[in-house]
Amino acid sequence: MEKSLSYREYIITRLIQAAGYSAVVFVVLIFFFLLREGLPTLMEVDASSLINTRWYPIEGYFGILPLIAGSLIVTLGAALIAIPFGIGTAIYISEVAPRWAREILKPLVELLGGLPSVVLGFLGILILSPYLRVLMDLPTGLTAFAGSLLLGGIAIPTVVSVAEDALDAVPRAYREGSWALGATRWQTIWRVTLPAARSGVLTGVMLGIGRAIGETMTVMMVTGNAPVMALTPGSLFSPVRTMTATIAAEMGEVASGSTHYHVLFLIGIVLFMISLIVNIIASSVVFRVKKRAERILS
Amino acid sequence: MKKHYPILLTSFILLWVSSCGSTNNSSNIASNSPVNYIENKGSDTIVNLALAWAEAYQSEHPDVSISVTGGGTGTGIAALINGTVDIANASRKIKSEEVDEAKSKGINPLEHTIARDAIAVIVNPGNPVSELTLQQISDIYSGKITNWSEIGGEDRPIVKLSRETNSGTHVYFLETVLRLGNKEDKTFFSADTLLLPSSEGIISEVRDNPNAIGYDGLGYIPDDVKMVAVAKESGMPYVLPSIESVNDNSYAIARDLYMYTDGEPKGIIKNYLEWIGSEEAQAVVAELGFVPILK
Repeated sequence: MEKSLSYREYIITRLIQAAGYSAVVFVVLIFFFLLREGLPTLMEVDASSLINTRWYPIEGYFGILPLIAGSLIVTLGAALIAIPFGIGTAIYISEVAPRWAREILKPLVELLGGLPSVVLGFLGILILSPYLRVLMDLPTGLTAFAGSLLLGGIAIPTVVSVAEDALDAVPRAYREGSWALGATRWQTIWRVTLPAARSGVLTGVMLGIGRAIGETMTVMMVTGNAPVMALTPGSLFSPVRTMTATIAAEMGEVASGSTHYHVLFLIGIVLFMISLIVNIIASSVVFRVKKRAERILS
Repeated sequence: MKKHYPILLTSFILLWVSSCGSTNNSSNIASNSPVNYIENKGSDTIVNLALAWAEAYQSEHPDVSISVTGGGTGTGIAALINGTVDIANASRKIKSEEVDEAKSKGINPLEHTIARDAIAVIVNPGNPVSELTLQQISDIYSGKITNWSEIGGEDRPIVKLSRETNSGTHVYFLETVLRLGNKEDKTFFSADTLLLPSSEGIISEVRDNPNAIGYDGLGYIPDDVKMVAVAKESGMPYVLPSIESVNDNSYAIARDLYMYTDGEPKGIIKNYLEWIGSEEAQAVVAELGFVPILK
């Protein structure tokens, strides 16, 4: 009896271990695959024509700068929307809302997170973009801004759910201590609870941004996909082409092994690097915050 | 070691599935005598049409097996010259060099017009502009004309819509309209042209947006957008695209689609090409957004 128990224990432990390692293995495998398919580009195309502003792959123009700029401006817009709304919703759910509102709101936000992005894309193309064109008197509603609004909507549930958990985990004693010192509810939230939950809130924001920059279907449908350089804030209201939309739109038809194919994988590498940088920044900020908090406590 | 089992299992399943697939294929070929097998290759523009025809024809004639592959017009004609296919699909006429090469190998390419392809230029129904020359359309898409008032419309910016670069329609429009058929010309779509992934995306934007101009295969255009009448040059008549105007060659943005065989077709190939000219097969043409041939 005891023997079979320890045997089962062993199997289960090993399975969990394998699952843990598999995540690392997959990331490494994917990265090597990307490198293998993307790096030949550097042999086939000059760096100067890659770092260029014209993207017209069927005639051999592989300037990826407009695509990077497009992704960045759409993601920046999405972050500007998702951060205040996401953190605000999290604070409301965790700190302000009565119990019944909380029990309705939380599942609703999670439901929003489960909306397929193609459905949001449809809403964007049929309702949001015509409305934006009329409202803001733009030449067309298919703009980076439409993409930012929808991506913000996609990122909000991620931000809310992680940030709310972090706020919830702040010990009640912190708040009570603050109130006892005569702080108002808002002062307590802004000066005590939020700073105490800072690392979790930041993780939520970074996860939300990661979700936004990797999102494909929605941006492909609503941003117009015109490969123009988006450098000024005004470009938010003109069409842009993102890296993800480019890969999705062109990968299906490209000849395997051609220069165009390799360039698309190189864009994949750039995207991977950007996500990596976002994650590294996030974890280093979280790490620093923790160290400071520890110093204060000690 | 344990971790390798799922991978091994998956690869076994894959091997098993793929081997099943191949046995099925080979038995198909074996059960049909080689005479009943038509090899059809070429233009990517035509590949969907050729597949639809092949499916319809095979369901009526179970004894005939037709294999259709794309790869491009050049690939198809090269395969015909090398004698590896029975029918080559082409979205352009065969070049004289290709004919010479074929003749030197004892192949005699014979042209059959199987369908026509026309692109309609569309604008919002509220847009007063209803006539454009090819040169004006070229200037719009290359970014030389940016406001509708320059071509007799309202004072509105022009929003240019195009299919993605991997679409055959995009390439044809680039060659025929933007570059006006001139191979040396290196005119581009201006960078602010919106590249939409689907026909539906273009049509819904044109339907909603009075600033927009777009193009698509004639067969895909619904009634609630406005087609523009096109003149080949200024001074020539403006012609609206229609099945008739495409068939009498008066509409400018249209081309014939061809199949090439080696000499006069015989046996099942002859039957197949005759069937393609029939009303039933030409109805498939219209369904796929091309223009049927009028007898």
